[in-house]
This record gives sequence, structure tokens and C-alpha cells, in this order.
Amino acid sequence: MSETAVLPGRAPGPLTHAAVMAGRSLRISRRNTDALIMSLALPIMLMLIFVYFFGGAIDTGALHSSYVMYVVPGVILLCAGFGAATTATAVSEDMKGGIIDRFRSLDVGGTPVLAGHVAASTVRNLVATAVVFGVALLIGFRPAASWDGWLLAAGILVAYIVALSWISAAIGLLARSPEAASGFTFFMSFLPYPSSAFVRIQSMPSWLHGFAENQPITPAIESLRGLLLGQQVGNTPWIALAWAGGMLAVAIAASGVLFRIRTR
Amino acid sequence: MTSPTTATSRTDRKPYAIEAYGLTKSYGKPAVRVLDGIDLRVGHGSVFALLGPNGAGKTTAVRILATLTAADSGTARVAGHDVVAGRSAVRRAISLTGQFAAVDETQTGEENLRMMARLTGLSRADARRRAGELLERFGLTDAARRPARTYSGGMRRRLDLAAGLVGSPEPGVFFLDEPTTGLDPRSRQELWEVVRGLAERGASVLLTTQYLEEADRLADRIALLNKGRIAAEGTAAGLKGRIAGHRLDAVLTSSEAYLRLAGRAVHHSPETLTLGLPTDGSAAHVRALLDEIDPAGTEIDRFTLHSATLDDVFLALTSEVPAHV
Repeated sequence: MSETAVLPGRAPGPLTHAAVMAGRSLRISRRNTDALIMSLALPIMLMLIFVYFFGGAIDTGALHSSYVMYVVPGVILLCAGFGAATTATAVSEDMKGGIIDRFRSLDVGGTPVLAGHVAASTVRNLVATAVVFGVALLIGFRPAASWDGWLLAAGILVAYIVALSWISAAIGLLARSPEAASGFTFFMSFLPYPSSAFVRIQSMPSWLHGFAENQPITPAIESLRGLLLGQQVGNTPWIALAWAGGMLAVAIAASGVLFRIRTR
Repeated sequence: MTSPTTATSRTDRKPYAIEAYGLTKSYGKPAVRVLDGIDLRVGHGSVFALLGPNGAGKTTAVRILATLTAADSGTARVAGHDVVAGRSAVRRAISLTGQFAAVDETQTGEENLRMMARLTGLSRADARRRAGELLERFGLTDAARRPARTYSGGMRRRLDLAAGLVGSPEPGVFFLDEPTTGLDPRSRQELWEVVRGLAERGASVLLTTQYLEEADRLADRIALLNKGRIAAEGTAAGLKGRIAGHRLDAVLTSSEAYLRLAGRAVHHSPETLTLGLPTDGSAAHVRALLDEIDPAGTEIDRFTLHSATLDDVFLALTSEVPAHV
């Protein structure tokens, strides 16, 4: 029997590593059906709760004919936050077991491993977003976006999913156990609440306005809402993209350092 | 590897597969010295056991040599490359199996191996073929399509070994960190066979173990590691020879006989009327010895014969009790 030749000295690059890692994470998350169902059910439930329980009591101004028109972008970003948070648990699981040592002994760097998790998280999130969007259409959401608007909205959404997932990956490196990791990401899932996602900022106490108007989620929600409903958005989409880019850059840098510390 | 001029490049024909000088490593605050200056030399194609109790520094030594942890001081070369300056080259030349099987539980055995193969740069087709070969070689073909979480401890360890082998050119350098810890006796036997198989293919193996028997059976050379230092190093026979040859422990039938023979003994146990008498262990000498001390054949009830064990060596050199098999 002639064995498959293994050539020493031929090292694949980080992109190959990241692609293989993404395939791995996707395969694993596809089999983790409980988590998959939860990541779909939760945002849908929240949307239904907001639209049917609270919606009648919330005044969103004359621009929005019904609450569902107002709340869908917020639910989509909430969904992104929930979905991204699972990355922390997945990364933390990896760090706990011996698999990271195995990858390192195959000369795979920390960034490709995390990039694989983030890529899989992005795919998972986009599927979840599509489902949430479908339910939104069923209950009366009627987008009126231009082609450019659709494209820009999709771009902003992907950018936020990637950035939030990478922050989540960094949290996964920081936490000492998968349970702690999932706890740490809670704040990320709650970030959409003190924003214009579900209620107008004007209705919040005044001390909260400064935070709510300037936190990273608000420009994303404002742009998604404006773009999908075909309203004027000004430079808000670019502020949103700048936030996403900035968060991503910090998350990549921080996770690089954290990975080195954790694997010392 | 078609050109004849590359024939010698495989292992560079350096005298040692692994060589380390003065490795030290401390962890934590206040710093605890886990390795306190160890030297190691493992010849090409030999099996070397690092034997020691829990906390002796075995895993740290392996992690440094496998480039996963940096030593505080000292140098090491593996497969001819410095573990710091030539980290990537070392990683491509070695395969590592840790104490905890490093495979994905939710992926099947085959998926795990194909993933590892892809990470080493094999194409999809080659990765598939390589995974198939390794599954067969390690007796996992039937379980190839089952998630690794359904594997027994022994199967998992074999899958882990296969994963380590996936991208390494053979004969390579293997680090096996406590490969049989936590395995049942049968799985342990199977894993021993695997290690012997690697050795037969010319691999250089550094394995760590807390089991004296394992080191005795598998290793050409053994180093006793205790509290971060090498307490002794040599062949199993050589280490045993440091203590004694053999000892005949005779249980006598009467205290008169015990008192009469006590002067000749090297080991005394009056409560059980047992005396230890030195012997070289040969049948001729044992027979002559028994006839000489008990010509009537009535004074010795029964006897046991000991060769000095690695336990004896270990106890003598470290005064610490290692785990028994």
C-alpha cells in the first residue's frame, strides 16, 4: 500500500486555515440543533411580544404607520446580538479542551481559528435574520427600500454581525469557562434596549439620552430602519459602518493579545 | 522527494531527534518552578520515557519541546530545528498527543482527520485519502462515520494519535503525553501496540508516563523526573542495576532457624520470620542457596524472588511513591 505523500515544508496560509476552520464551525453548529432553534425562536418570540403585547402602547411618531414598521430593524439587530454571543461559548469550549493545542501544533494561528468561528457565526446569523425577516413580512412589515438601500442595509448588518461576533470571540478568550463566557455576552444582547430599537429615545429619561444616542447600536438601527423604509438617512449609515469597523479592529487586536496570553 | 540529493535531508542525520539543555520554567505568582534545569537527549528512532509522578513537570517539558510553551531559559532542538527560532519547522516535523484527546466531539472520526489534513495543506482529495489510511491503520474504519463523542477512551486516544500523524512526514518525532492515563487495561495494551508500531517504522518517540511498567515495556531509555529535575536516566535494566540484582525472601518455619540465619541476610522481618538473602537470580544459585541454608528441607516454609523493580529505583532516588499499575 502506498501512502499518501505528506510533503514537509509546504505550509498553507492563514486564509486556508480560516476557511477550514469556518467549515468546521459550521459543521459543528449545524449539529447543535438546540442552540440553532433557540437562536431562531428567541428573536421571533421577542418580535411577536413587542408587536402584539407592547406595540399598541408605544408611540413611535407619525413617520411609522404601525409599530411593526418601527421595530423590525431593532429585532434584527437583537437577533444579531444573540447569535454573535454564541461565538463566545464556542471559543471558550475550544480553549478548555485540547483542540487549540492540536491546532497550534499544526501551526494554525489564533486569528484563523477565531476567524473561522466568526465566519460560521455570520452564516448562522444571516440564516436567522432571513427567518426573522420572513416572519416580519408575515405580520405586516412592508419595506420600501431602493436597491442601493437594500445593499447598504445588508452591508451594515453583515458588518455588525462580524464585529459583534469578533467581540464575542474575544470575550470567549477572556472567560475562564464556557458558562462564564455566555454570561459575559449578556450585555451585548441587551445593548439594543437602551437605543432607538424598541422605543423612541425621546421617551427615555433624559440622563439616558446621551448614551442611547451615541452607543454603537443606535446608528445601525437608525440606518436599517431608514434604508428599509426608504426614508432620509443622511450620514448615519457611514457612522454605523465606522462603528462596526472600529469595533472589529479593536476586537481583532484584543483577541490577538488575549490568545497569546491564554496559550502561553 | 524524488531527487536523490534530498535523501539525507529528512532527518538531517543529526545525532539526536530531541535535545534539550537546561530547560527551566516557572508558573504563577509567587513563581513555582516547574522545571528546574533539565537536559534531555533522544536518539533518532528510539523510544524515550519521561517517568514521574503528577506535578513532576512532564507535561511542561513536552509543551516546551512541542513549541506550545516557551521555556524561561535553556535551549532545545527538535528534528534539527530550534524550538523558538524554528517553531514552524518543528511543528511540521512533530506530532503531539496530549493528556486530553484533542478532537472535536461533534465531528466524526473521519471529519476530524480530514480537517487536520486540510490544515496541514493537503488538497480535499488527498485529505480524504490520508484520513482513510489512518483510520484503517488505527483500527477505526468501522467507527469512521460516528461522532467522536461516541468513542471509547481507547478509540479516542487512537483517533488523537492519528490526528497528530496526519500531516507529519514519517518517520517523525512523536510526543505522547501520558498516552494511556485513564484507559482500561485492554485499551492500554492496544495503545502500547500502536507505540511499538510507530517505533518499528523508525519514529522517535518521547512519551511521558506515571506508570513504571509502561516505561519499562516501551522505552529504550528512561528519565526519572521528580520536582522539575531529572533524578536519573538510563535504560530500564541500567536503572534497576543501580539498586541491586535480586533478592530471595525466605519465610522460615521457626524462630531458631530465623536467628541462626539472620547474620547472612540483607533484609530482616522478624514478625513474619522472613529474611532477604542476596542472589544473582539464576536457578543454579537459588538452588544452591536453598540447599546450603536448609540442607534438611524443613526450615524454609516458602520463598519469593524479587528482581529490583523500577519502583525500587524510583523510591530510592526520589523517596516519593509513584502510581502503580
